[in-house]
Amino acid sequence: MNRIITAYSVLHDNKVIVNGRLLFYQENITKFADFVKAVFKQEQFSYPKFYKMDSISKLGFLAAELVLKEKTIAGYSPLEVGMVMSNSSSSLDTDITHNETINNRSAFFPSPSVFVYTLPNIIIGEVCIRHRIKGENAFLISETFDGNLLCDYVDELFNNERVAACLCGWVEVLGDRNTAMVVLVENSEQSQVSERSGLKPMLFNAENLNFIMKRN
Amino acid sequence: MDELILKLKKEVIEQLNLEETTPEDINPDSPLFGEGLGLDSIDALELIVLLEKNYGIKIEDPKDGKKIFFSIRSMAEYITEHKK
Repeated sequence: MNRIITAYSVLHDNKVIVNGRLLFYQENITKFADFVKAVFKQEQFSYPKFYKMDSISKLGFLAAELVLKEKTIAGYSPLEVGMVMSNSSSSLDTDITHNETINNRSAFFPSPSVFVYTLPNIIIGEVCIRHRIKGENAFLISETFDGNLLCDYVDELFNNERVAACLCGWVEVLGDRNTAMVVLVENSEQSQVSERSGLKPMLFNAENLNFIMKRN
Repeated sequence: MDELILKLKKEVIEQLNLEETTPEDINPDSPLFGEGLGLDSIDALELIVLLEKNYGIKIEDPKDGKKIFFSIRSMAEYITEHKK
């Protein structure tokens, strides 16, 4: 059975692309925090917990939120939906922030709310809590974006009937460097591409993942 | 006490990243957890750090936390009694 990408989002360089459409762009934003906040507000997402997340969770959360706004997963049971994400720096950006709170013995005040984000799979947790997703999940680390790695892993979940739909992609934040790409993968029989966006069906394969990453 | 309550409100908003909350939104007598500001267990830990970092107060017995962090006013009263 073919698997297709039924919706995708890419966030990078103050720009947001959803299913090939430019959804947001502001050239003059200099801080990452201002970028994600501006996108959150423009899309009128209502979720106070967003403001408490670390940078990478905010970016991954927005990317997933934009995809699921395009294409609902309401028809699946929570256990049928999985999430597989990847990046190269793991949670290093937040690890550095945490380290700054503990490297001075005379001002040793580690922040619990920073510490809880010192694992990359927390990004997946935030999305799963928001959308009540309870299926298989994994966070993979690779030096650069590896479409083959993601496809192999996600295909295996589908082949073993562990998932019927899966969010997957890349979310990387380290200092000023930030990129997120999330796609929704579904079996072609069960899925309908978002009518709203007019996204043409794309097979779920490494070539198309690379295309989405590079083109946007 | 009013001055300390306002200061505490600002510190809680900043420490807990309550982005869309202003000091005026917080009733000093309303519960911080559950209803009220809807804080969670990680926020409770942050409040413990806040007391230690900003006021030099270390809570020795975790059981006291429920009473101390009931509201902004109860926090202010505890700080007034225990500030070093």
